[in-house]
Amino acid sequence: MPLSKFVNVMISYGYHRYPGRLFVVEGTDGSGKSTQLQLLYQWLKAEGYPVFFSEWNSSPLVKDTTRRAKKRRLFTPTTFSLLHATDFADRTERDIIPPLKAGAIVLADRYIYTAYARDVARGCDRAWVRELYKFAVKPTVAFFFRAPLDIAVDRISSARPNLKFYEAGMDMDWSDNEEESFKIFQGKILQEYDHMVNEFGLTVIDGTLPIRSQQRQMREIVSRYLKEKLKEKVAVSK
Amino acid sequence: MTEMGFYGTALPTVDIEPYAGKLIVIEGTDGVGRSTHVTLLRTWLESIGYAVLDTGMTRSILAGRGIKNARTGHTLGRLTMQLYYAADFADRLENQMLPALRAGFIVLTDRYIYSAIARAVVRGADPEWIRAMYGIALVPDAVFYLRIKSAEELAARVLVSGGGFDYWESGMDLGLGDDYYDSFIAYQKLLLREFDRMTGEYGFHVIDAGRPVRRVASELRRAISKVIESDKIVESDLHAGAVLGTKEKEAVKIEAIPKVKASETVIAKESSKTAP
Repeated sequence: MPLSKFVNVMISYGYHRYPGRLFVVEGTDGSGKSTQLQLLYQWLKAEGYPVFFSEWNSSPLVKDTTRRAKKRRLFTPTTFSLLHATDFADRTERDIIPPLKAGAIVLADRYIYTAYARDVARGCDRAWVRELYKFAVKPTVAFFFRAPLDIAVDRISSARPNLKFYEAGMDMDWSDNEEESFKIFQGKILQEYDHMVNEFGLTVIDGTLPIRSQQRQMREIVSRYLKEKLKEKVAVSK
Repeated sequence: MTEMGFYGTALPTVDIEPYAGKLIVIEGTDGVGRSTHVTLLRTWLESIGYAVLDTGMTRSILAGRGIKNARTGHTLGRLTMQLYYAADFADRLENQMLPALRAGFIVLTDRYIYSAIARAVVRGADPEWIRAMYGIALVPDAVFYLRIKSAEELAARVLVSGGGFDYWESGMDLGLGDDYYDSFIAYQKLLLREFDRMTGEYGFHVIDAGRPVRRVASELRRAISKVIESDKIVESDLHAGAVLGTKEKEAVKIEAIPKVKASETVIAKESSKTAP
């Protein structure tokens, strides 16, 4: 009996064909990506598009496990990677694929590239981490908000004076000093992002520009992929 | 000493160095008696002086509880489930199995990556994807595959054990059959096919599990004593089981007692209510 009669066989990155659109934002902490995504969301909603939001680390199935592991410092680079991939798989199966199939717009704050950058910075094998997320839907556009390291670090330190253990990369023993460790970690992450610009065709936005001009660029690019037809879906469902 | 070898990419931040222990895997589909044999082997190995660590799926400190909770609600997506199991596996590998192997323990594991691969593939996962994910797994010193020829025979064994059919062991999430029995047969057939495929690929030592527990147990002992430097195990050690000790008798009895935990029975009842 053919298995495909019963199960949806896994589709690999780049091979999904859905009527919806997926826009994602990426960048180091403090690059301003979340602000930009929020502004994009407001605009798309005002324009009448059906929009859904999906955040990193938001799966209800995995949340408790992740929280407990962070608190008790149970993670190794491998389990950190795998548990975040579990969280992402749940988001994909629950929050991303269904709206895309229905023709909606999905906005994701952080996507697989966050994992690629962070896990490789922690020493995981590049090819292994990429394979792990092979089931991910390729975004219509992936924006990478690039801010120089010192600016990003400044923004984060002023917003959150107390860095969390894993956030600062303290599990890696790069430095006993939290701020120092954070800088080393963010530097490695930024290096990985720079590698990925060509590899995955990320759209780079200069994170040092004024917020409004970044948003203008973003809307200009997004609008190329929007069609009036996408709005009709809302009218039908209402 | 065994050289540390991985199926794919080695674990990051793990020192690659020979280890003194032995990693022995007991594999097989649901109801073949794996846990009974793990218990018997543990008792035997300890009785002849070997320190043993036994482990199995969803027993990690990191993810064990999370997986159990997620399974209860039947809300676990297919890909999510595979990754959750991989996280549980990696945690046990890094924090239980490797330290024990370095310390010279014999690690007996009830299932390893092969069950996880089989379950994932029958649920539509890309076979290469799941294999690459488990590339972090240490190549065991031996893999014993307890084989039962047919799904019907497995079903009979599940009934004899008195536990009845479990939601997940019957693959109810796949919608393969209208009731637990039909679904169990269809699901286990698919799993058996995957295990047969993996036999050559991973070099399973196939053990016919359709025979009485004592015969299977004695074959396992012989084979394992070869794995553990055969010169150190004398003939009398092997026959330590010709007469079952009290502990072992208990272990055999356990097989006859339903292994299903109270909570799982509740789940099974609940899901049968909702079944059409």
